Amino acid sequence: MTWSPALRRSFSHPWVLGTLGILTVFLVWLIVTSSGTVDKLFLPSPGTVWEAGTNQFRGGILVNDAVASIRRVFLGFILSAGLALPIGIAMGTNRLICRFLEPLMALIRYMPAPAFIPLLIIYFGLEELPKVMLIFIGTFFFNTLMIMDSVKFVPHELVETALTLGGRGLPILTRVVAPYIAPQVLDTYRINMASAWNLVIVAELVAANEGLGKRISLAQRFLRTDEIFVGLIVIGLIGLMIDLGFRFLMRRACSWAN
Amino acid sequence: MHLQVSQVSKTFGEGRDSKLVLDDINFELVSGQFMALVGSSGSGKSTVMRLIAGLDRPSSGTIQLDGQPVRRPGSDRGMVFQKYSLYPWLTAAENVAFGMSLQGRPKPEIRERTAYFLDVVGLAEAGRRLPRELSGGMQQRVAIARALATEPKVLLLDEPFGALDLQIRESMQEFLHDLWRRTGLTALLITHDIEEALLLSGTVHIMAPRPGRIVHTVDVQLDRSDLRHLRVSQPFLEMREELASCLRGLDGALL
Repeated sequence: MTWSPALRRSFSHPWVLGTLGILTVFLVWLIVTSSGTVDKLFLPSPGTVWEAGTNQFRGGILVNDAVASIRRVFLGFILSAGLALPIGIAMGTNRLICRFLEPLMALIRYMPAPAFIPLLIIYFGLEELPKVMLIFIGTFFFNTLMIMDSVKFVPHELVETALTLGGRGLPILTRVVAPYIAPQVLDTYRINMASAWNLVIVAELVAANEGLGKRISLAQRFLRTDEIFVGLIVIGLIGLMIDLGFRFLMRRACSWAN
Repeated sequence: MHLQVSQVSKTFGEGRDSKLVLDDINFELVSGQFMALVGSSGSGKSTVMRLIAGLDRPSSGTIQLDGQPVRRPGSDRGMVFQKYSLYPWLTAAENVAFGMSLQGRPKPEIRERTAYFLDVVGLAEAGRRLPRELSGGMQQRVAIARALATEPKVLLLDEPFGALDLQIRESMQEFLHDLWRRTGLTALLITHDIEEALLLSGTVHIMAPRPGRIVHTVDVQLDRSDLRHLRVSQPFLEMREELASCLRGLDGALL
């Protein structure tokens, strides 16, 4: 088979095959549902899902839910990321602090965050705080330990060069360590943001008045699989946007590391 | 400038696991001198340099710079490493400016001196490039410019060309010799390459391993007007062979 150069060139673009993969699944979905072999209750057609989505959007429910979920994720994650940065750096630079905290963190890290939900509800009730705290607990220890690792792998030559150039103390941290770990920190945040998204949905399944997870569990009660699909797709899309946002930030701020 | 290393020993570890890595090191270095420490790996030559830089403390003995004991790193002893010598997120010019800005020099002065020292190392045109866009030899030249810009009394070079290809290494040796002649800098070079040490240095100390110590010192008096010619000249080759057999003898004693 001979491929025209133009076709081959268009296939070499990184996004082409990715889009093709998504389109394939969509096409299979379309064919299966229109053939009528699967019960509509189990697998709604793309058209029904689209309709359910636009209905939710017009009614304002969709945006409302999305904003509620995004708000929880961001509050919890900003708290986690903001605290993990100084503590991770402190653990990475100071051996005593590391020895003191690392076993504790390694232990808590292996406790599944959703297992804290009952405790969080007892402590903080059913409002926003337990959900934000769940995201915090579920991401803080990973963030901290990964930042600690990135600090430990700063080549000692870079630090020692600064020392022999007359640097001392804080400038070493802000002008050598911070720029060196910046790409890894952004990548850490990008990776752990995914678990923050997992956790917000879990939290909302348990107790919430609004949110994408809440909408999914309500839809289950009324066997509205189309609405479940809407929720899943929207969650996926928002997650993807955040991921791309982090990648964009990384490319802009740390072009030297690519 | 007067650097005095007296009876310096260094032990790593404590108690039964302790290991003597440097035993009674003595030498002095004065302004304008170019000195080399040559030895195989494990001879402690890099440790000597780290002690002078103040990155480590000697277990006994003293290191004095102009009569003041060395206690911590400082810009009076500039250092160039073999690896990770530049900050990858800074351009060549920003790397050169880095040390000066740590010293708190005023901005116009930094700008002026950055341009001057980039020019000194022959990289006036490369100021805006990132380290990854520079060849290995150019990167080491930027690192040397950055150290020189902070006005060190002595330049410590820890196998600065060890990671470079042979051809580039030779041209870098010529560059460094030329730089030394033009600027009158004082340098201590760590290398395992006898030829490199002989080409550049007025004094060469040969170091033996386990424990690291100076076993042989030569004053090198050669006509350095043409390094390319010198590399293949008879007196140079004889001296190189003499030192090489000295080093071989040390390794042989260990087998």
